[in-house]
Amino acid sequence: MDKPLLEIRNLKIEATAYPPGEPPRHVVLVEDVSVSVQKGRVLGLIGESGAGKSTIGLAAMAFGRGGVRLTGGQILLNGRDIRGADVGTLRALRGREVTYVAQSAAAAFNPAKRLMEQVIETTLLHKVMGRTEAEARAVQLFHKLGLPNPETFGQRFPHQVSGGQLQRAMTAMALCPKPELVVFDEPTTALDVTTQIEVLAAIKEAIHDTGVAALYITHDLAVVAQVADDILVLRGGRKIEYGTTDQIINAPQEAYTRALVSVRSIDHVEKPEAPPILSVAGVTARYRGTSFDVLKNVTVDLAPGQTLAVVGESGSGKSTLARVITGLLPATQGRISFAGRVLPPDLASRTRDDLRELQMIYQMADTAMNPRQTVGTIIGRPLEFYFGLKGEARRDRVQDLLDQIEMGKGYIDRYPAELSGGQKQRVCIARALAAKPKLIICDEVTSALDPLVADGILKLLLNLQAQEGVAYLFITHDLATVRAIADRIAVMYRGSVVRYGSKTDVLTPPFDDYTDLLLSSVPEMKLGWLEGVLASRRMESAGN
Amino acid sequence: MKMPLSALLGLTFTALFFLAAIFADVIAPYPLDLAVGKVWEPPSATYWLGTDTIGRDILSRLIYGGQVTIFVATASSLLAFSLGAILGFTAATQGGLVDQLLSRLVDLMMAIPSLIIALVVLVVLPRSLITLILLMGLLDATRVFRLARAVAMDIAVMDYVEAARLRGERQSWIIFREILPNALSPLVAELGLRFIFAVLFISTLSFLGLGIQPPLADWGGMVQENKDGLIYGKAAALMPALAIAVLAISVNLVADWVLSRTTSLKGGRGG
Repeated sequence: MDKPLLEIRNLKIEATAYPPGEPPRHVVLVEDVSVSVQKGRVLGLIGESGAGKSTIGLAAMAFGRGGVRLTGGQILLNGRDIRGADVGTLRALRGREVTYVAQSAAAAFNPAKRLMEQVIETTLLHKVMGRTEAEARAVQLFHKLGLPNPETFGQRFPHQVSGGQLQRAMTAMALCPKPELVVFDEPTTALDVTTQIEVLAAIKEAIHDTGVAALYITHDLAVVAQVADDILVLRGGRKIEYGTTDQIINAPQEAYTRALVSVRSIDHVEKPEAPPILSVAGVTARYRGTSFDVLKNVTVDLAPGQTLAVVGESGSGKSTLARVITGLLPATQGRISFAGRVLPPDLASRTRDDLRELQMIYQMADTAMNPRQTVGTIIGRPLEFYFGLKGEARRDRVQDLLDQIEMGKGYIDRYPAELSGGQKQRVCIARALAAKPKLIICDEVTSALDPLVADGILKLLLNLQAQEGVAYLFITHDLATVRAIADRIAVMYRGSVVRYGSKTDVLTPPFDDYTDLLLSSVPEMKLGWLEGVLASRRMESAGN
Repeated sequence: MKMPLSALLGLTFTALFFLAAIFADVIAPYPLDLAVGKVWEPPSATYWLGTDTIGRDILSRLIYGGQVTIFVATASSLLAFSLGAILGFTAATQGGLVDQLLSRLVDLMMAIPSLIIALVVLVVLPRSLITLILLMGLLDATRVFRLARAVAMDIAVMDYVEAARLRGERQSWIIFREILPNALSPLVAELGLRFIFAVLFISTLSFLGLGIQPPLADWGGMVQENKDGLIYGKAAALMPALAIAVLAISVNLVADWVLSRTTSLKGGRGG
């Protein structure tokens, strides 16, 4: 076997944490991690947030973010140890031998410069080639990455191209200086599922064509299965499992890896159709001061104790629908009936019972809770507000609710900052439950969570539905989540419902074009899925 | 958490000033308005900071003057705060016409220099401590309004405020329970600053003869009374000036510390 291009041995990374109000603390971010990457191979780094994926990725360039120190082990790049190498050496290799693709392309580009300038900047800086040659290579890369009008693409400014195109432009930037290793740090995470597949395909092809080696960091095992040759599963800065993609996906050894592979395997049998508790009829809405409708003639129904999943990519009007139902954005046309009565369109004219019976849970639990209130106050306020519970009675009920969301004792006096991401979302669920609602609107409640934590939240929501008979309007862009919990599905595209019906009906062919695109774009946890989808799409377009 | 030296110094001096003001009758070695020595005596064992333009003890006058200056400044900045913060929060949460009306009114007031407004008002209205406090409170409230509105704008768009609205909470709950606790740290820091501006502003007015009237003493007035001494190399005018400077710096040090501390509190927004 050839000598590996990158070999990391027993890497140890430490940092000093500054927890608020406490003395600084020493933390070990990564310990005893060893990997090797051969020329032209792709290593996937996978794990939940805080697993040390990005930290290891950056360590491949001997870089640590502010306060992070690479304290032990070896980082061998082409046989020489670059850990603790002098600044001159590092400057010469970063952006030349090793390049980096960041998660948020929109934040990584300078909005004041044209794309071409930025794509070839490092190439020129390292004097890899002259300007004409570099521009020619950039155009060639644009072409390879499937960007529109590759000849003139570089003349545009970052705001003139879409998010997916920007992400591909950054890949071109990373590949331009002919590096030997590229670190991809969650390059498709911020993209819509239909865009993700294009970017993923482009990146995979570019890696293959240029023969570059890559580290591919992601939290989505299904994504990494499509591009990586080997996978390293990380948790809490330590190696859980390291093997070929085939082995990790098809024969995982460790319990944690098995859990990751089988994530979203909740069995949910859809409930039969029933008279609706919520009925949205022909609703059209627009934001004040704009001249176009963000919702166009939307009609959906939801039965008590059931779940309606509203699916679509960003900008499709999913969250606006939630705002219209809650009354934050009064509809311009149409009617919303709830629990046998017609809801007034705007919040101010709704009764207290209207408000109580219709609760909402948000995507970002962090911003959905007042950081200066304790869990007891957060959950207790609706109890006091709607039912007049005070003192001991209120505290007891809060504790009941905490038990119901499987958190137990010891949390009632904590502040949100002292809870984990999953716990925060659970507290938000408890706050909604406290009002004894008939309908809870869940706006992307699992999108910001790690897969296993999200799974826990979904199971909790299903249990609560069974116990309390509450209906959910579940807004999401994640089709795996939809399969797990929905009874009925509404697919939204540009403000309209393009497909609506029971889960089985919506997910069974024949599809309309958009639903087909959406469904086929969701990465599946099997090898060769990406190629299969692309091949079938090519055949379809050839057939047309 | 260990208190930094600057904060400790600031806190000590601020406390000293306030204590001296509160217990003026006990501490002051001589009465406020009695010529006890010769004119412009240099500091000595009898008169620690010397005597003034008609032979009164400067230390005693500083202590009594501090009483007035600090009281007026505290009262007016508290007034400015309550008024400015509540109106600012209301403007931010209500938006629309309320916000427009309040903001334009404040713009109008801010467009005219405070000193000019103050001079005009003080010439017309009776010169009393109440007038001074109300006037300065109102003028300073415009600045607080601006800050409070800006801070509250950021908080009002948070999901937890929306959640409170969806629950059907009243405006007062949203302002005092959801927004205020999260807006407190920048506001407290601003309180320190506004207090200093109030001290400087009264001093300015008194120096111009429109602020605190004799027989009451105040620091600005004392600078004015003794300014002629500077020509003859007498340091009397510098003592009250020094007092103003030291108080200003001390309160600022405390405000800085409060700001850095509250943001890193448990459940704080910053970190």
